[in-house]
Amino acid sequence: MTALTIKLATTAADHHIARMAALAMGLSMLEAAIPSPLPGVKPGLANIVTLIVLTRYGWRMAAWVSLLRVLAGSLLMGSFLTPGFFLSLSGALCSIAILAISQHLPARWFGPVTHSIFGAFAHIAGQLLLVYLWLIPHTGLAYLIPIFATAALLFGTVNGLIAAHYLNAPNTELEAPKLTG
Amino acid sequence: MLPLAPIKIGDWMVLLLGVLCITWTTVTLWQGGVADKAIIRSSGKIFSEVPLSRNQIISVPGPLGISRIAIHNRQVRIAADPSPRQYCVHQGWLKQAGEIAICLPNQVSVEMSGRGKRYDSLNY
Repeated sequence: MTALTIKLATTAADHHIARMAALAMGLSMLEAAIPSPLPGVKPGLANIVTLIVLTRYGWRMAAWVSLLRVLAGSLLMGSFLTPGFFLSLSGALCSIAILAISQHLPARWFGPVTHSIFGAFAHIAGQLLLVYLWLIPHTGLAYLIPIFATAALLFGTVNGLIAAHYLNAPNTELEAPKLTG
Repeated sequence: MLPLAPIKIGDWMVLLLGVLCITWTTVTLWQGGVADKAIIRSSGKIFSEVPLSRNQIISVPGPLGISRIAIHNRQVRIAADPSPRQYCVHQGWLKQAGEIAICLPNQVSVEMSGRGKRYDSLNY
């Protein structure tokens, strides 16, 4: 019997994305242990990593990290292809779509807190839309919007502050390879 | 010390915008409106539509027995019901338009209705 080895050609940028996605996954595992009063209300700590990657290395890398985190995180949690996975995915897709726009805001006036709040609102908008279209097509869902929006603003601000604080701190520069391919 | 330095002027503006959005959605989505009548249903059919202006107790027959619905000071509650778990009785007074108490076993429900009904039917 011969051992079959499949070797994928990977670049330094791929490794960097994988490292960042692993970090983000670690944070989502961590917060999965925190009990939540309402299903779906979570701090979204993994997005701190997305924000840092967005500011340091640009939108493309942030999108990779965010989507990889959702995919691999669901495999680890055993929730791949469950409704929860699709909710995460729709939230993440909406967030990165909004970040694609908000990243063009002038950096002089708008920092990670802005991106974080926009991303958080886009996240719940995407999730609630999917819940309405797919799971609970009931207008009573609108009663929950203020609760989810408040949670989004609160956690969005906190995550943005943490990311901004980290980005402001000295000696946190990671070596970032150029993204190719 | 709080890490206030990373917040820029635009961030404060976005934060303010978020607070305004939440206030607006809360005000528009959570106001039930003033109710002016109660719609009482029995076995899926409308039993009667009662204005809230007069205090009274209405007896509604169902498969298990009689449910008593009380109207008092423009509020409505199910005062007595033969259902085993008494969920609709424990719901207490209904005040705003759109609120509803349903006694499933006895097939009796009471719904508060205002001038502008937001939707006619729900489909699952």
